[in-house]
Amino acid sequence: MTGLSPNAVWVLCSTLILGTASGIIGCFAYWKRQSLMSDALSHAALPGVIIGFVLVGEKHLPVMIGGAAISALVGAWFIHLIRSSSRIKEDAAMGIILSVFFGFGIMLLSLVNRMAGAGQSGLDSFIFGQAAAMVVKDVRVMSGLALFVLLIALLAYKEWKLHLFDPAFAQGLGLSNRFMNSVYLMCLVLVIVIGIQAVGVILMAALLIIPAVSARYWTHSFGWMLILSALFGGGSGAIGTLLSVYGKGWPTGPFIVISAACLFLISLTLGSSKGLIIMAIQQYRQRRLLHQPRIREQSAMERGRSA
Amino acid sequence: MNMLPVVSVKDLSAAYRKNRVLDRVTFEIQPGTLTSIIGPNGAGKSTLLKTILELHPRLAGEVRFFGSTYQKMKSRIGYVPQRGSVDWDFPTHALDVVLMGLYGKIGWFRWPGRKHREQAMQALAEMGMADYAYRQISQLSGGQQQRVFLARALVMDADLYLLDEPLAGVDAATERAIMKTLNLLKDRGRTVMVVHHDLQTVEDYFDHVLMLNRSVIAHGPTREVFTDVNISRTYGGTLRMWGGRSG
Repeated sequence: MTGLSPNAVWVLCSTLILGTASGIIGCFAYWKRQSLMSDALSHAALPGVIIGFVLVGEKHLPVMIGGAAISALVGAWFIHLIRSSSRIKEDAAMGIILSVFFGFGIMLLSLVNRMAGAGQSGLDSFIFGQAAAMVVKDVRVMSGLALFVLLIALLAYKEWKLHLFDPAFAQGLGLSNRFMNSVYLMCLVLVIVIGIQAVGVILMAALLIIPAVSARYWTHSFGWMLILSALFGGGSGAIGTLLSVYGKGWPTGPFIVISAACLFLISLTLGSSKGLIIMAIQQYRQRRLLHQPRIREQSAMERGRSA
Repeated sequence: MNMLPVVSVKDLSAAYRKNRVLDRVTFEIQPGTLTSIIGPNGAGKSTLLKTILELHPRLAGEVRFFGSTYQKMKSRIGYVPQRGSVDWDFPTHALDVVLMGLYGKIGWFRWPGRKHREQAMQALAEMGMADYAYRQISQLSGGQQQRVFLARALVMDADLYLLDEPLAGVDAATERAIMKTLNLLKDRGRTVMVVHHDLQTVEDYFDHVLMLNRSVIAHGPTREVFTDVNISRTYGGTLRMWGGRSG
């Protein structure tokens, strides 16, 4: 790796692990039909980041991650509350919480930025992501938590599959829905809060949603979907970080998302199980099969006429 | 009969938001019976199954399985939810779904072995689905999906089976296959409860019937209980059987 500082190599590793973890948790969100939930939660994390910063008075990642997690969970709780106690549906509830929490976060951010010396706080990087600004200590926290999430996902692979496919049946076997939902929410929030420094609160959801959707185009197996989604997530995290590092301070988030989007476009067209091209070929073959007997009949008739 | 009832429900009530769906439901199911639960739409048939299986909260009442609680007897109970309750687009194949029935026996965090795979394969074969073991579940017909669900319950080797509308929207071949299996279970001394919707087949298929409309209208051997009077009491007197019944 010529031209990459040791720090950049560390950052690259951490975004790789982060992308892998978010690719896998993204698959869970996809089958829970909660892709949008990840977007709401990542936006809802912003106020917590700022409040964490104000409490400590400097950029101290563990505290800010803790703040982000609490803030995201409060957002999740509000969404649940709105949905269960009113006629408002989940998508509308998510829309409300997403925008209100994000607006509140930006308001806090503007206030904090006016305070003396806050210009160097680097808080702005939490909006669009600034992986290059991370130091080795941040990288350790982030990678450690991402590996923890990966471990939970892989150890309980069989249980996740059962829970996602048929929660009622799973409950009958003793796999409590409430418990699995809590573990899922914990993993989702963990991935979001460790990702927001590298990817930013606005775009974090893309790293959860896009790899899973892309993986769906390649496979009919849940296991392979997880593996591919992890590869796509890790790949786009690494590519985005590389571009950002070479671009000397360009925000990481947008590049990560654009890389993920490129992988999605490739999957959409070339995907081996649901890709557009394979579907078109199948349709074409079917149509030819439909016409073939008629062609034979026709040519036989013509032969008969000429005889 | 002096045997311990398999299921004993006393004064069970449950509600969905504003509506009381089950109102002081009381009944006992004897071992080795094949019981159909019938009643009009919204009578609480599915809710009854979900409530006794603690998938839906109960307002009041007592439920005992084999003289004990559901939590203790869970492993002896096989539940087959409605086919429409899951997303069949989920990326997996038929054998994998059947294997899920063995997860309790395999143990948490462990991987299924060859022995489990063989058991699952055998259950699929019993449902006439051996050729479809590695077929994507999204590519199975409705009847085939229902058979996969039943194979998953079979493999659990339970003592009590609860099935929610297993005969809804399936073809005649599947209906025959399912009824053959349910009778086989009964012959082996297992107890089966089925939410059913087709009044025409109640007498042919089931030896007991539980007629439900928020509360139990009638319950007992089909021959004694499945009468015109009880049917019109259950269905609110609006339903008449075509061409007369029990003729």
